[in-house]
Amino acid sequence: MSVPYYVSPEQIIKDKADYARKGIARGRSVVVLQYDDGILFVAENPSRALHKISEIYDRIAFAAVGKYNEFENLRVAGVRLADLRGYSYDRRDVSGRSLANAYAQTLGTIFTEMPKPFEVELVVAELGEESADDQLYRLTFDGSVADEHGFVAMGGSVELISGLLAERWLPGLNLAAGLALAIAVLAGDDRTLAADQLEVAVLERSRQQRKFRRITGPTLSALIPETAPIAEPTVDTEPTA
Amino acid sequence: MSTSHGPLLPQAFRGAGSASFTEFLAAHDPGLLPSSRYLSGTVSTEVPHATTIIAVTYQGGVIMAGDRRATMGNLIAQRDIEKVFAADEFSCIGIAGTAGIAIEVVRLFQVELEHYEKIEGVQLSLDGKANRLASMLRGNLGLAMQGLAVVPLFAGFDSETQVGRMFSYDVTGGRYEEHAFHAIGSGSMFARGSLKKLWFPGIDEVRAVSVCLQALYDAADDDSATGGPDVARGIYPVVVRVDAAGFQRIAESETSAAVELILSGRRSQPDGPRAAAQE
Repeated sequence: MSVPYYVSPEQIIKDKADYARKGIARGRSVVVLQYDDGILFVAENPSRALHKISEIYDRIAFAAVGKYNEFENLRVAGVRLADLRGYSYDRRDVSGRSLANAYAQTLGTIFTEMPKPFEVELVVAELGEESADDQLYRLTFDGSVADEHGFVAMGGSVELISGLLAERWLPGLNLAAGLALAIAVLAGDDRTLAADQLEVAVLERSRQQRKFRRITGPTLSALIPETAPIAEPTVDTEPTA
Repeated sequence: MSTSHGPLLPQAFRGAGSASFTEFLAAHDPGLLPSSRYLSGTVSTEVPHATTIIAVTYQGGVIMAGDRRATMGNLIAQRDIEKVFAADEFSCIGIAGTAGIAIEVVRLFQVELEHYEKIEGVQLSLDGKANRLASMLRGNLGLAMQGLAVVPLFAGFDSETQVGRMFSYDVTGGRYEEHAFHAIGSGSMFARGSLKKLWFPGIDEVRAVSVCLQALYDAADDDSATGGPDVARGIYPVVVRVDAAGFQRIAESETSAAVELILSGRRSQPDGPRAAAQE
């Protein structure tokens, strides 16, 4: 009696992409940008325990937006892959490019083969010897990879934030200036962000072997000179996609 | 191995699991574990062995020192081997026994601690680290029974109690907390005798370094497998410090200066400083 539906492949892909985009757009944003001594990661994240930014290996860090359980799964896989490779070869043989490839393949496979795609977007950043050698890979839910320069924004109001960064980001910003810029673009015009609403970390060229460092507590407050004493209640951005 | 390095992340990488790298290896690629080696019969002494390691506590932390000699039977296999390593930011590990396996155990232990820290977002407690090392040695028992024993000395700064602590091990994975000072390896009995006379409670960092170097000198004096300072080649013991600020290897300029001082003292008193007999 019942006639099976025919849904064209184009429609399936489009539906999945719309679904993933909607999920990602509901979350708050993350900004990754280069500064004079490395790469800065700033996320609007009131949680102290559920991180959006993490260390993967000596020179490699990871930032994500979207569903926590899904990007956490990818993060743990990345740490395992990097540690296994570093242990079986050498620490220098762990590269951001191969990690970005592994993520891209995995996300691509999940997107095409699973009924529900991952609602995540990732940045894999690798610190180079100089800022010209820094690498920023942006990975989207369908497994596409983009090699970015200077800055990347992900999450809720990504178009707005990327536009602001394109206007205001300059090469060679120092850490405080980079952080101020990131906070300004994350907050937008009509609100301010205090230190306790932010998750901040850096890959710092001047550090020894493990370049990743979280900036928290007093160190972070000291870097944000004009912290508004009373932050306005944060309002989740409406989906824009 | 081949599957683990392909472009796609295999399911084993994405599965929920423990924060232990060793357990991950055991499930995914057990061939990479030192405990996966099986041998028939016993191995002779014709593989490099590493010798004396010393650790002493001082006000504010712990110092670990090791000589630079590896032996192979009656031969010196290497004059400038390093046997004291950073385990992570707040701990260090020194090794005695079969050098090849010991260095592999140290590498695995370093990855194990870092892996846990990255996955869980916090460092293991000092006791947790010491217990992890014990379970890794337990896995090595089969090899130890065939003559390839590895015995480490582990020390670190306990961030909860704010003191330096140290742990010794046996080949079965037994873990024993040591207080004040300890030495392992073939020259350890001479080193411990020396430490007994030279160490005192409340010792400061500079003296603690000097005490370690004196004890290593005494060990090298009576044990052929322990190397003394090689002034002609500029090879000095490795000395590291772990305190509230973390792991720091003491600069060779400092250890060489301390060694020169000891050598000049021993020209007039070859057996080293004398402990007072009375009191």
